[in-house]
Amino acid sequence: MKYSFPVMNRLFRFYYEGFSNMSSWGRKVWIIIIIKLFIMFAILKIFFFQDFLKKKYDNDKQRSEYVLDQLINSSDDHD
Amino acid sequence: MTMIENVDLTLVGWSRAQFALTAAYHWLFVPLTLGLSFILAIMETIYVRTGKEEWKRLTRFWMTLFGINFAIGVATGIILEFEFGTNWSNYSWFVGDIFGAPLAVEGILAFFLESTFVAVMFFGWNKVSKKFHLISTWLVAIGANLSALWILVANAWMQNPIGMVFNPETARNEMVDFWAVLFNQVAIDKFLHAISSGFLLASMFVLGISSWFLIRKREELLAKRSILIAGVFGFLSSLLIAYTGDSSARTLSKVQPVKFASMEALYQGKNNAGLVAMGFLKDSDKKIEEEVIKDFVFKIELPGFLSILTGGDKTGYVPGIIDHVSGNKEKEILSVSEKINRGQYARNVLKDYKSARTAGDKEQVEKIKAVFQDKVFRENYFRYFGYAFVDNPGDVIPNVPVAFYSFHLMVMLGFFFILLFAMAVYFLFRGTISKKKWFLWIALLSIPLPYIAGELGWVLTEMGRQPWIIQDLMPVSAAVSQISSGTVITTFILFAVLFTALLISEISIMVKQIKTGPKQ
Repeated sequence: MKYSFPVMNRLFRFYYEGFSNMSSWGRKVWIIIIIKLFIMFAILKIFFFQDFLKKKYDNDKQRSEYVLDQLINSSDDHD
Repeated sequence: MTMIENVDLTLVGWSRAQFALTAAYHWLFVPLTLGLSFILAIMETIYVRTGKEEWKRLTRFWMTLFGINFAIGVATGIILEFEFGTNWSNYSWFVGDIFGAPLAVEGILAFFLESTFVAVMFFGWNKVSKKFHLISTWLVAIGANLSALWILVANAWMQNPIGMVFNPETARNEMVDFWAVLFNQVAIDKFLHAISSGFLLASMFVLGISSWFLIRKREELLAKRSILIAGVFGFLSSLLIAYTGDSSARTLSKVQPVKFASMEALYQGKNNAGLVAMGFLKDSDKKIEEEVIKDFVFKIELPGFLSILTGGDKTGYVPGIIDHVSGNKEKEILSVSEKINRGQYARNVLKDYKSARTAGDKEQVEKIKAVFQDKVFRENYFRYFGYAFVDNPGDVIPNVPVAFYSFHLMVMLGFFFILLFAMAVYFLFRGTISKKKWFLWIALLSIPLPYIAGELGWVLTEMGRQPWIIQDLMPVSAAVSQISSGTVITTFILFAVLFTALLISEISIMVKQIKTGPKQ
């Protein structure tokens, strides 16, 4: 632990100075990245892309039961 | 198809369209990252070895464009993972850890790569040693390409599912042989073909933009240095693409023979089969299982080449679509009807398992579980499980014109790229490239062509596999979640807007940086 602080400090300064001295195109793309990630994770994932099986069933046993039914029930008209 | 009767066709169509849209847009960003990272590493290596500042300027200029593409494209692939869980839940569950494990490795690799070595690449100039910076650039290149390996391994498994056993208790396929999944011949071919297409695309990008500088008579020395790297790298990549494409086609003829026959529009199998170099298709008056057979309006054919390519011998028999649909006893090819019977048998065993479990008959449950472990059952019955969903044998024929044209256009573009890069290197060494305005314009206007070729390759891969989402095991219609098609349409539109905005942003920021040129 004694030696980890200087390393952490250097790492922090490396990223801090990198972001501080970023060029104008760098700033633009970071704004785009933040907006994009916000749309993806705070809007699309939460409101539109919930996991179908996780939302519908509480545990893996129920989920596997459902998929098993999906796989075998549609064969009725063949039999 | 039985399953199609039970699901909303609109839902299947829109779910497919949404996946195609996101995958196609994602692939607009990926290949440039794969290829440009290596070009940067080569340029920086020359800088470190020679100490000439012009190579550093050059590296930093292309690194800026790499950064823009990387930043805009990063995480666009995660949307595909959202779609697996929401739109394709049956599929996601059925594939189990086979799909999850490679994607998890890819995610971890990408995270460490992006948070460490990319940061050193951009923030580390003058802060870390030259050698450490160079190592970071190489690690970004190697890491980005290895990251692509895992997603391609997962995709290859869908084309050629091996190394797993289906567990009826969990209704999932479980990986039993990681190495079989990793060294799946389709995965090896796909990985080499995909990364070499990225190398080629990036080379064309560098060649085209450098040509623009020469047309504008700006930064001529740096443009010529860039053309030297891009020309040689692009030429070697285009040869590698031809080689890996040929290898892919050979593998395809064994593991996805209907797709292979469709991309050559070969209906009737034959000895001494010709390779169609170019042709146009039309509907004929003949049918196979209710599907109209396509005929050639005209074609240019290399006699015997298809037999040589697939069997190594001119007299070799190449089965056609009809052989695979109706069967060919002499060549030991099962008919689709026979495969349907075997698939239904496998599904009836699964039904018996479910009945035994519901009745609490533990002895019978264990007995049937053992059947799914049995090699004979797996190789002769369960491997055709997806055929249980098929009603009409003609349903297993993909859209032949789509497979044929996407393949042939891609190959034609491939030969054009070999010629273009060879000419670039030739003109550069002759010292005449600056005077060849017509060539510079062709190079500039050719920038979109490798993107088109790459997308055509994916169209062939995915549409040529129809109706399967997992070859022979699961049709697309059985994979889809029972959700509202309205939601899928809404998110399709949202994605179309989001990705188009990202693409416009990327192009506009890049164009501005290109016009600004390398910093002094």
